[in-house]
Amino acid sequence: MKNLFKLLYRYHVIFLFVLLQTLTLTMVVTYNSYQRATFFDSSNFFSGTLFDKFSSYTQIFEIRPVNIRMAEENAILRTALNQLLIKSSHGNYKAADSIYLPRIAKDSVQKALFRFTTARVINNSINQQHNFITLNKGRKDGVKPDMGVIANGQVVGLVTNVSENFSTVISLLNSKWKISAKIKRNDYFGSLSWNGKDYRRVQLNEMPYHVPVQNGDTVVTTGYSSSFPEGLTIGTVSDFSIGTGSNFYKIEVMLAADFKNLVVVGLIENKQLNEIKQLESQNKYGN
Amino acid sequence: MVISQLKYVLIFAVSVLLQVLLFNNIVIAKVLSPYIYILFIVLLPFDIPKALMLILAVTLGLTMDLFTNTPGVHASATLLIGFARPLILKLITTRETLESFSTPRVGNMGFHWFATYVSILVVIHHFFLFFLEAFTFDGFFITLLRIILSSALSVILIVLSQFLIFRR
Repeated sequence: MKNLFKLLYRYHVIFLFVLLQTLTLTMVVTYNSYQRATFFDSSNFFSGTLFDKFSSYTQIFEIRPVNIRMAEENAILRTALNQLLIKSSHGNYKAADSIYLPRIAKDSVQKALFRFTTARVINNSINQQHNFITLNKGRKDGVKPDMGVIANGQVVGLVTNVSENFSTVISLLNSKWKISAKIKRNDYFGSLSWNGKDYRRVQLNEMPYHVPVQNGDTVVTTGYSSSFPEGLTIGTVSDFSIGTGSNFYKIEVMLAADFKNLVVVGLIENKQLNEIKQLESQNKYGN
Repeated sequence: MVISQLKYVLIFAVSVLLQVLLFNNIVIAKVLSPYIYILFIVLLPFDIPKALMLILAVTLGLTMDLFTNTPGVHASATLLIGFARPLILKLITTRETLESFSTPRVGNMGFHWFATYVSILVVIHHFFLFFLEAFTFDGFFITLLRIILSSALSVILIVLSQFLIFRR
């Protein structure tokens, strides 16, 4: 026993190193296999507050272009709302704070009701393999996990963690996140993800050969993910080639949203998300 | 004694804040992302107990992880250089020099020594960090390019910082 303690003391530095390294590497590995970290996350109070304070100073310089963009967006939305109100004035009038997206309203099968709010970006990165965005709104503002995040009507990411005052968003520029996307012109869909190389381009995979693809085709959301309504712009096809030894195209998509310059984003809440998830989970465990 | 400990708390805070608020937002040509926060480990005194060094290194790494949503990645890399530092010092310095000076500073040890010392630490740290972050050997050469270029920039920034702020 005495010898054991002697040995432990003699090599205590190496033992401590191995112990700590095991702990940290376990953190890395568990994080990589499960999508969500619960504790180490920039939605925590400590870093959230710091980012919030700091960004409120630095973003002063970016406010003017944002205002202009928002004014333009407001005008477009007001026009759309106006048209909707005219359409729906015969009979079924809808509450002013909820909007049926035109595309979905037409489709009576998929009558999902989406609600929109906004939040300010307080931290954002594009230089890592797994990029995240931190927002200044949290649980007390009604933000929930799995809400879609957009900027100027273009897909940006998905809310993963929510704390009382802040939330983190897994960015489209995160090689761990996939979203289903389709070519707007012909409705063929594939899976969209980022290969971690260029922050302006993502890759559309699983698109079979027989699909006619052209440079400049618009790529939009499919509406299969229940976090995003159908038809939100993601980007345009900038390059495509036939992969060697595979049956699918390699399609490069130029992103519509400017990830380097995100200040204000929109949050989309699918009010029927719980119902959809409950129903889908029955398929997994039911039989 | 208390004053010197306070100084290291300050160096810790400044390194982390500079990294999180300034350098994490810098991406040059898609491949350059410098990590200068290991400045804290670089500047720790020669005679610091090895076990304490490991604990400080892990604390620094976890603090960074807290800000970058990368649980364990920075902690693991800083822990490695915390462990490697005494070995590196033994390799590039004689026992007499280590006894006659208490801290690794440009003023004490000379520019050439300091640059070598920083380069070795930075390269080990960046190599481990970038591969752990990518978590794959796909695109090996792109990651390698990122490591080489980012290391070069980090070394330049850390050495420069010695002439600008941390003079003593």
